[in-house]
Amino acid sequence: MGIKSSTPYGKDYGGCGLVGIIDRSGRSVSGDMIVSSLTSMKDRGNGLGSGYAVYGAYPDLKNSFGMHIMYNDISARGPVEELIKTKLKLVLAEPVPVKKIHAIPDPPQFWRYFVDPPATIDKTDEDGIDDLIVSVVMDINERIDNAYVVSSGKNLAVFKGVGHPDAIAEFFRMQDYSGYLLLGHTRFPTNTPGWWGGAHPFTILDWSIVHNGEISSYGTNKRYVEMFGYKCTLLTDTEVVAYLLDLLIRKKGLSLTAAASVLAPPFWKDIQEMEPLKKDYYTALRMCYANASLNGPFAILMGFDNGILGLNDRIKLRPLIVGRKGDIVAIASEESAIREVIAEPDDVWAPKAGEPIIVTLKEDAKH
Amino acid sequence: MGDRIKIDAQDLHYKDLNQKIHDALGSGGKDIELSHVNGQRYIADGLKNDIRMTINGVPGNDLGIFMNGPVITVNNNAQDAVGNTMNGGKIVVRGMAGDVCGYGMRGGKLFVLKDVGYRVGIHMKGYKMLNPIIVIGGNAGDFLAEYMAGGVIVLLRLFGRQNGDSTTGDYLGAGMHGGTVYIRGGADRKKIGKGVDVAELTDADHGLLKGIIREYADDLGLDADKILDGRFEKLVPLSTRPYAKLYTY
Repeated sequence: MGIKSSTPYGKDYGGCGLVGIIDRSGRSVSGDMIVSSLTSMKDRGNGLGSGYAVYGAYPDLKNSFGMHIMYNDISARGPVEELIKTKLKLVLAEPVPVKKIHAIPDPPQFWRYFVDPPATIDKTDEDGIDDLIVSVVMDINERIDNAYVVSSGKNLAVFKGVGHPDAIAEFFRMQDYSGYLLLGHTRFPTNTPGWWGGAHPFTILDWSIVHNGEISSYGTNKRYVEMFGYKCTLLTDTEVVAYLLDLLIRKKGLSLTAAASVLAPPFWKDIQEMEPLKKDYYTALRMCYANASLNGPFAILMGFDNGILGLNDRIKLRPLIVGRKGDIVAIASEESAIREVIAEPDDVWAPKAGEPIIVTLKEDAKH
Repeated sequence: MGDRIKIDAQDLHYKDLNQKIHDALGSGGKDIELSHVNGQRYIADGLKNDIRMTINGVPGNDLGIFMNGPVITVNNNAQDAVGNTMNGGKIVVRGMAGDVCGYGMRGGKLFVLKDVGYRVGIHMKGYKMLNPIIVIGGNAGDFLAEYMAGGVIVLLRLFGRQNGDSTTGDYLGAGMHGGTVYIRGGADRKKIGKGVDVAELTDADHGLLKGIIREYADDLGLDADKILDGRFEKLVPLSTRPYAKLYTY
């Protein structure tokens, strides 16, 4: 499947487009596959932001955290590397390989750092190690001018920037990557700037988010996650969803389905009709995590180390469709994007509003 | 009918595909078959011709938008907004269809074999001889017939949903002030929007329904008698002018 050029037909496109592809057996999906799927939705996105997440990108360094960092000005490299070396153990630092192309004029510079926790920290304290990584990410984003962390997970590569999805893929050499789970996004910015840091996916640790819609509750959600030390610095509503998931699932210990019910809670009128146990459960979720619920239209895909979660807002104001063939599952804005790379799917279905679609690796393929 | 003109849509942008369709019509084509369609939007946009079109593959959003005449058969699923503001003709989908199908539809027919998504038939309207009809063989998402002002929607629920429950969707007919929705298997009173009432079918309803179902079953190779054997209820608006007093008093 070749990578097709972005629309030469003028500016009559609209809406974000997203796609996620996972091979549940853990086998590698090629970078070209997600690019073909995403670029097939020619009428989505407008070249002001595209990006990809590749889970399984760095098998040789899979036990280290991989920090992709964007430098708007390379003078920020010194302070960033000093901070990393102070707080963490640097295993490898290198520029992210890119191909200079006309379609991407004047790009920022990208470096990747593979880091381990310092010797002083208890290796069994996974939560403490994750907290440390999160704090380093927040420090860089908040305190070091012209430096932004693009991704910080293990065995995870995230590439994003301003450009059409085919151009961004060519620039970051997506054909050189493969992984068991890939996400792609083409952006049509509506109410926040179309800049390199505003392209999707948004990430923290192993969580990555691509989103079509608007998070109208951004202010409430942002203030809520700030209470727990997360800093929203990337000027785009979607960023907060990544932090909400890290907070709800990793810190608060909610299951994926519970977290999905926090983001898109059932309506009170429907809770009233539930059997007593369920009623108490959803009432408690809504009461405890009111500030974490998302208002506004959304279709989101969330990647994590063992799978993918797809979720719509509870009245389904954005498209989302699922296709499956054997162990391969794709979730996308349009069925055509699934069929572009899966010729004869065994199943195709549209998730209900607010109903999470969770697809995980098979037991023997888990990481 | 004349010869069938075949167009290969593989990797064509919708503008190029629609141009090829226009070229085919310009050369007198009355029967067009598209193959390898995958996601091209606006197919048959605004066509007024009395033609037949067969689509192999999944057409993109807004299939048959503003269309007024053609009869289109999709041998697969369709995406969102099929028959958007359609004025006449017929679209038969031999699979499922997405959200907002038949939006603001003012005439013609939309027959879907399986499930449809959310907000199907919203703002549908009818006027004098124009009486749009949507028939859904499967289930519907929420907001079916929202703000409906005219025409007919028939929800058959012949198949279970992929994920279990057979459904009419919530907020069914919310804000409806004209037209009729027929529901095979009856309506769940808790899922009905404000401003609508559930009623038994009259003889006239049965007559109308029989005609629609026979045509639908013929087009999709189903057994009309079996479908008509089910118990139907209808949804009607409580008022044709729910907001009559909003600005005048």
